[in-house]
Amino acid sequence: MEPTVKSNIKTEEYFINMGPQHPATHGVLRMMLTIDGEIIKNVEPDLGYIHRSIEKMCERDSYQQIVHLTDRMDYLSSHINNEAVCLVVEKALEIDVPERVKVIRTIIGELTRIASHCLWWGVMGMDVGALTTYFYAFRDRELINDIFEETCGARLTMNYNIPGGLMFDIHPNFVKRTKEFIAHFKTKIPEYDRLLKGNVIFQKRTKGIGVLSPEDAISFGASGPVARGSGVNCDIRKIHPYSAYDLVKFEEALQTDGDCLARYKVRIQEMWQSLSIIEQLIDNIPEGDTKVATKAVIKLPKGEYYQRVETARGELGCYVNSTGTKNPYRFKFRSPGLSNLGVINSLATGSKIGDLVAIMATIDIVVPDIDR
Amino acid sequence: MSYFSDIYNGIKTLLTGMSVTGGYFIRARKGALTQQYPDNRETLKMFDRFRGEVIMPHDDVNEHRCTGCQKCEIACPNGTIEIIWDRGIDEETGKKKKKIDQHIYHLGMCTMCGLCIEACPTDAIVWAQNYENSVYDRTSLTKVLNQPGSKVKAGIED
Repeated sequence: MEPTVKSNIKTEEYFINMGPQHPATHGVLRMMLTIDGEIIKNVEPDLGYIHRSIEKMCERDSYQQIVHLTDRMDYLSSHINNEAVCLVVEKALEIDVPERVKVIRTIIGELTRIASHCLWWGVMGMDVGALTTYFYAFRDRELINDIFEETCGARLTMNYNIPGGLMFDIHPNFVKRTKEFIAHFKTKIPEYDRLLKGNVIFQKRTKGIGVLSPEDAISFGASGPVARGSGVNCDIRKIHPYSAYDLVKFEEALQTDGDCLARYKVRIQEMWQSLSIIEQLIDNIPEGDTKVATKAVIKLPKGEYYQRVETARGELGCYVNSTGTKNPYRFKFRSPGLSNLGVINSLATGSKIGDLVAIMATIDIVVPDIDR
Repeated sequence: MSYFSDIYNGIKTLLTGMSVTGGYFIRARKGALTQQYPDNRETLKMFDRFRGEVIMPHDDVNEHRCTGCQKCEIACPNGTIEIIWDRGIDEETGKKKKKIDQHIYHLGMCTMCGLCIEACPTDAIVWAQNYENSVYDRTSLTKVLNQPGSKVKAGIED
């Protein structure tokens, strides 16, 4: 009997898990991949591994206590999250905080943004295979962490804002250290670009990979650098200025290509813009009080309130439904991470598994922000 | 032709990147932030505002400033502080007055948010700057902040 040769050999789709402990997923996020060979057919994120029911805990806590929970959502832009909660409470109570508070909040918010993008740059480089970036980024981020530690007392979960202002005044060294950091960091961003952006391997890993069209970005509700990399104007600091953003001049970082490299460029541009914002404000921090006295038990008037801010990852919205008691009836966060994760299927379908790592890096996933 | 230009570009960008890392290789110690941690315990000093753990300072005659008003207990988001209080007779006026029996602090549950210290009207509790909080047994993270036999300083009212 002669052996027969099958003429209709076909490839078969199969299923593979990426995560929940894959180092490239930046946390405990499980990606369910359907792949054909090495080509991705479908990506489905499985969420909930570190769900801590923060929104439910908000319903239990008083408005002062809610602030510290938001540190634990997007821990890389914790100060901006705190600010969002404080702004929505101040909006409901119709408190006008002093100019000094607004300026300090803006400066620390921009420092947070730089620290977040700095960490992202290091991790992004590591995801595509360059370990050096990680050390360089952490070296510069350490200086920002020192500023935070000296003024706020903590490096990551600062909890420096309270409804009505700041917990205490800035440290006397704050201005000096921030100026030193600006001078230092201005020499480092060109170095970042020289090290990574021009590199042929990096270009091949990012150029034309994971292209997000502006229509998709809008329909998925993407925000922040992910949407701005596709040319969508969505900077809340420009559209609805809060704190001291209406006092400063800055440009919205925009790129039109929509691929991984465009999102990289947006974040580098944003670091330059943040430096410029801090420079405009740091020399003329107005004198005055650092807090407005609120009642020990804050009760919001009955009604619904919404405030949105621009975190390092995109638009964070805080929705409060109050029934007039000391706890909110409902506290909802519209987190940037969850909406940005939504685009991943349309970005990754058709590309290779290795590209998925680069795509996830440029979406800048922070899992506690997605799960809350 | 693009084959050779690709090789040229590859080598060029590689050398550009290497010039950055090479520069750091030559002047390695300049601006280095790394600390030899366990060996530099004597010289390592935290910032004044660093949130290590909550402590209650006592003076020479074993007196603290806590009146037992429980504002820190109410301010705490996760039940870290527990105050067991009692009523004692005030020596001067002879009236009954609230005093603390035990000010219990669960370091294991503390998130270092600082709300208790903000809430304290008499500055009885402050931040300590110690940073080595890991222990072998979880129960040793529960601390009683007021020392045995201590009492509130005279004239402290909330």
